[in-house]
Amino acid sequence: MSVPAEWYLLVSALLFITGTVGVLIRRNVIVMFMCIELMLNAVNLTFVTFDRMMGGLAGQIAVFFVLVVAAAEVVVGLAIIVSIFRRRASTDADQVSLLKW
Amino acid sequence: MIDASVFLLAAALALGSGVAMVLVRNAVHAALFLVASQLALAVLFLIQGAFFIAALQIIVYAGAIMVLFVFVVMLLGVDKRESLIEPLRFQREIGVGLGVLLIVAALYLGVGTSFAVADLPDSAGPRSTEGNVEAVARELFTHWALPFEITSVLLIVAVVGTMVLAKRRLRS
Repeated sequence: MSVPAEWYLLVSALLFITGTVGVLIRRNVIVMFMCIELMLNAVNLTFVTFDRMMGGLAGQIAVFFVLVVAAAEVVVGLAIIVSIFRRRASTDADQVSLLKW
Repeated sequence: MIDASVFLLAAALALGSGVAMVLVRNAVHAALFLVASQLALAVLFLIQGAFFIAALQIIVYAGAIMVLFVFVVMLLGVDKRESLIEPLRFQREIGVGLGVLLIVAALYLGVGTSFAVADLPDSAGPRSTEGNVEAVARELFTHWALPFEITSVLLIVAVVGTMVLAKRRLRS
């Protein structure tokens, strides 16, 4: 007897919410970025769980592509953070308000 | 029985590490908690039969991406103090309140609905003699071959873009 799939979905939803709250309440840009990674991971768990329920492989292929895109996104995002830090000497999200009116 | 206990252990570890990552002050500690959460998620993938994804999760996420995070944190210096000046008033309280609301919604949906699946297989993927890795590889290199090639272009664009972004401007 295996664990019901709803439990996995619940864990994944709670992880996603944790990441959302982290993005909302943290100021450090790097930690906010880590919270986004946590949200991506939670969605990956949902993909694998639904994949098991449907009995196909499309979900796991989707997880593969999510991984690749996440890797590219992390590389570019961290480069942006580094170049912002060079200019402002800060990783605080509130300091980066040049595009706000 | 063993399945359920492994699930509970891994789920508790994933959720606990995730919450700790949000709450902890030090960015390096946050990165380490995120690694713990991702390893627990890899266990969850493993007991669902997605072996290839579990290996990728450990190699790509817990390995490559988190090393990059820790490297950047070290490069920029660990800043322990976050500013307490709030441009938006009550931002933290509203954020936590929204999170609680979302948790209530998730619990309501999770308890209230049940998916009508006749017989849930123990592991993902089609039932056959070949293993999960072979099945994923066959699917990836036949049906999804073109998107797979396009991801290589994406990775090259990301690498070149990063070099341009992070390059120090030479004084001319």
